[in-house]
Amino acid sequence: MPAELETVERVRRIDVDQYRYGFETKIESEKAPKGLSEDIVRFISAKKDEPEWMLQWRLDAYRRWLTMTEPNWARVDYPKIDYQDVYYYSAPKQKKALASLDEVDPEILKTYEKLGIPLREVEALEGVVRPEGERRVAVDAVFDSVSVATTFQAELKKAGVIFMPISHALREHPDLVRKYLGTVVPTSDNFFATLNSAVFSDGSFVYVPPGVRCPMELSTYFRINERNTGQFERTLIIADKGAYVSYLEGCTAPQRDENQLHAAVVELIAHDDAEIKYSTVQNWYPGNSEGKGGVYNFVTKRGDCRGRNSKISWTQVETGSAITWKYPSCILRGDNSRGEFYSIAISNGFQQVDSGTKMIHLGKNTTSRIISKGIAAGRSQNTYRGLVSAHRKATGARNFTACDSLLIGDKCGAHTVPYVEAKNSSALFEHEATTSKISEDVLFYCVQRGLSQEEAVGLVVNGFVRDVLQQLPMEFAVEAQKLISISLEGSVG
Amino acid sequence: MSALLEVRNLQVRVEEREILHGLSLTVNKGEVHAIMGPNGSGKSTLSHVIAGKPGYEVTGGEILFKGEDLLEMSPDERAAKGVFLAFQYPVEIPGVATMTFLRTALNAQRKARGESEYSTPDFLKKVRAVAASLNIPQEMLRRGVNVGFSGGEKKRNEVLQMGLFEPSLCILDEMDSGLDIDALRIAADGVNALRSSERAMVVITHYQRLLNYIVPDFVHVMSKGRVVKSGGKELALELEEKGYAQFEEQAA
Repeated sequence: MPAELETVERVRRIDVDQYRYGFETKIESEKAPKGLSEDIVRFISAKKDEPEWMLQWRLDAYRRWLTMTEPNWARVDYPKIDYQDVYYYSAPKQKKALASLDEVDPEILKTYEKLGIPLREVEALEGVVRPEGERRVAVDAVFDSVSVATTFQAELKKAGVIFMPISHALREHPDLVRKYLGTVVPTSDNFFATLNSAVFSDGSFVYVPPGVRCPMELSTYFRINERNTGQFERTLIIADKGAYVSYLEGCTAPQRDENQLHAAVVELIAHDDAEIKYSTVQNWYPGNSEGKGGVYNFVTKRGDCRGRNSKISWTQVETGSAITWKYPSCILRGDNSRGEFYSIAISNGFQQVDSGTKMIHLGKNTTSRIISKGIAAGRSQNTYRGLVSAHRKATGARNFTACDSLLIGDKCGAHTVPYVEAKNSSALFEHEATTSKISEDVLFYCVQRGLSQEEAVGLVVNGFVRDVLQQLPMEFAVEAQKLISISLEGSVG
Repeated sequence: MSALLEVRNLQVRVEEREILHGLSLTVNKGEVHAIMGPNGSGKSTLSHVIAGKPGYEVTGGEILFKGEDLLEMSPDERAAKGVFLAFQYPVEIPGVATMTFLRTALNAQRKARGESEYSTPDFLKKVRAVAASLNIPQEMLRRGVNVGFSGGEKKRNEVLQMGLFEPSLCILDEMDSGLDIDALRIAADGVNALRSSERAMVVITHYQRLLNYIVPDFVHVMSKGRVVKSGGKELALELEEKGYAQFEEQAA
C-alpha cells in the first residue's frame, strides 16, 4: 500500500502542543552534580571505567573548550546558555551490572515500548522462525547518558560486526577506538564538538570488518529524560575495506518547559570501496506553541571517505528541536569517492533550523550530491547552509545541489546560504534552488476531491519530499512520513 | 420531490466587489444545464461558490443541495456529498502519483459517508475499468498528478475522477479551454458516458462548440452576475449567431 495513504490515514487532529513522545519515565537516576569542571570530566571518565589515555583526551578537550567561544554565525536566536546549569551525567540508577535485558528497569523498557522500539529479542529467544528475507534491525538504546541495551549482539558477532555502546568498546576494543576517535572531528573542531569530547557519556560504536556486508540495519535510539540534562553522545562508525553498513538513529525527548541541551558528535570512516549509509529521524521536543521549551540541538556530524571508491550517504528527516544547528558533511579524500546528503527539515511553531552540509572534495574524480527540502510553517525560520569546495588537486570533482523550500502560511521564513569554492578549473558544480509557497489552488483542488485541509497539506508535502524519503531504509520511510504529517498539524486553517 | 441543486437569489462578493447579484438556478437529477456568458459574467464564480472555494463572500441567498444547506458545509464535505468540480486549469501535484491521489481521495470520500474503504485489488480493478473507457494508459496513472500532462490529458484525468467518484452533481468549468478538436471529442465522449438519470451536470462554457458534443437539456445565459435568459439547446445556437451583446444590454 502506498505509504502516502498510510500517512494521510493516520493524521490526527493534534497541534504542536501535543507532542506524541512527551511522556516522562519515572525512574531513579544517578546524576553527577550540576555544572562543568575538571572534576566532572574525571567523574564521567571514572564512571565509565575508562583507560587513562581517554581521561587525558577528555581533559585536553575540556581545557581547550574553556578557551573557545560559542559560534554565532547561524541564523538562530536563543537566550545565552548557562553551561554551569546543566547536568553533564545522568544514568538510570542500577544496583548491579546487567547480564541480560531482563535486568533492565521495566520502566525504561516501557518507555521504549511506547516509542515503538523492538528492544526485546523475544522472537529470537523464543526460537520463532521468521519468514525468509524479512529484515530485522539491531538496536542500541541510549537513555539520558547511558546505553541501556543493544540487541542482536550474537548474530552480529557471527558476522564479525562490532556494534556496542562506545563505553563498552573503550574497554573491549580500546585499540580500535583509539585509532579512530577524533580523527574526523578533532577535539579542537568547534565549540560544541569540543564540549562533547570532554563530557560525552555514551553513544554507539560500529566496526564492520573488511569485505563484510552488515547483515541487518543498525539503529540507535536516543532519549533525554532527566530535567536539565545535557545529552552528549558520541557515535563512531568504521567501515573497513569493501564493507557496507546502514545505520539509523532516532531521537525523542519528553515535553518540558525548560530547554534541554543536546550536543552530539558523529564520526564516520569509510575505507577503500566501503559504504556507509547514515539515516536520522530526529524528533526532539520542539517546544510548545508559544515557543517555550524544546531541545537545543547542536550537532557535529562528519564522514571521511578515506579510501578509494568509498561512499558516505547522509539522510536526515528533521522535525523536532527548538534550535537545530547541524551540518552532516563528507570529506571526499579517497579518489573516486562519493558523498551524498539528502535532507528533509521541517519547522513549525517557533522552531529555528539552520542545517545543511559540507562536501569537501580533496581526491580526484570525487562526486557529491545534495538534495535538501526545507519546509517552514507557523512562525518558524528554516535555513539551508551548505559548502561545496574542490581542492586544487581534486581534478574532475563534481557536485549537484538542489535546494527546495516550501512555505506554509505567511509568518515563516526560508533561507538558502550556499557557499561554493572551486580551486581547480576541472571542477563542475551545479546548484539549483527553488522557493515556493504551498498554493491555495493546489489545496483547494485536493479538498474539492474530498481530502480534509490537513490531509491535503500532508499529501502535498509528502510529494514535495518524495525523492528524499526514497533514500530512507523502507522500515523508516513509513515512520518518517507519519512524522512529517504530525509535525505539520495545526499549520493550516 | 425537491431539486438536486437549488440556487436562490445568490449574492456573492470578492474583495468588496459584488460579482453575483441575485442568481437563481434549479437543477434536477438527470438534467444537463449549460451556462454561457461572456468573460466576467460570473460563470466561474458560481462554480467556485458551489464547490466552496475560499475567497468568496456570500452576502445573500442560499444554495440547497439534496435539500441541505450547502454553504454550511466545508469543501471536502460537499465533495463527499456528491459535488464534483472539473477544473478549468487542473493543478499539478509533484511527487504524488496519480494513482495514490485517486485512492486517497476516493477513500476519504467513502470514509466521510461512513462507507468502507476500498481494498487495493478492488480499487485497482475499478480505476483500470474507468481508465480503459477513457483511453487513459496505466503509465499516466503512475506519474505525478497532472505533472507533464498535456491539456487533453489533464482534462481526461478530470473526467476519470468524475467516473471514479460517481458524484451526483458535476460542474464542468470551461472544459473546452486549451483543447484541440480531437482532445475535446475524447473528453466529451467520456462525459457523455457518465450522463445518467441519477446525475446532473452543469456545463460552463464560452462557446457553443462544446455543446455540439455535450448536448444540454437547458441553456442559461449569464451577464453581469445574473441569469438573463434561459431556454432549450436552441438558445445556444442563437447565441452563436447573434453574440452576447443583446443580453448585455438587457442586464444593464
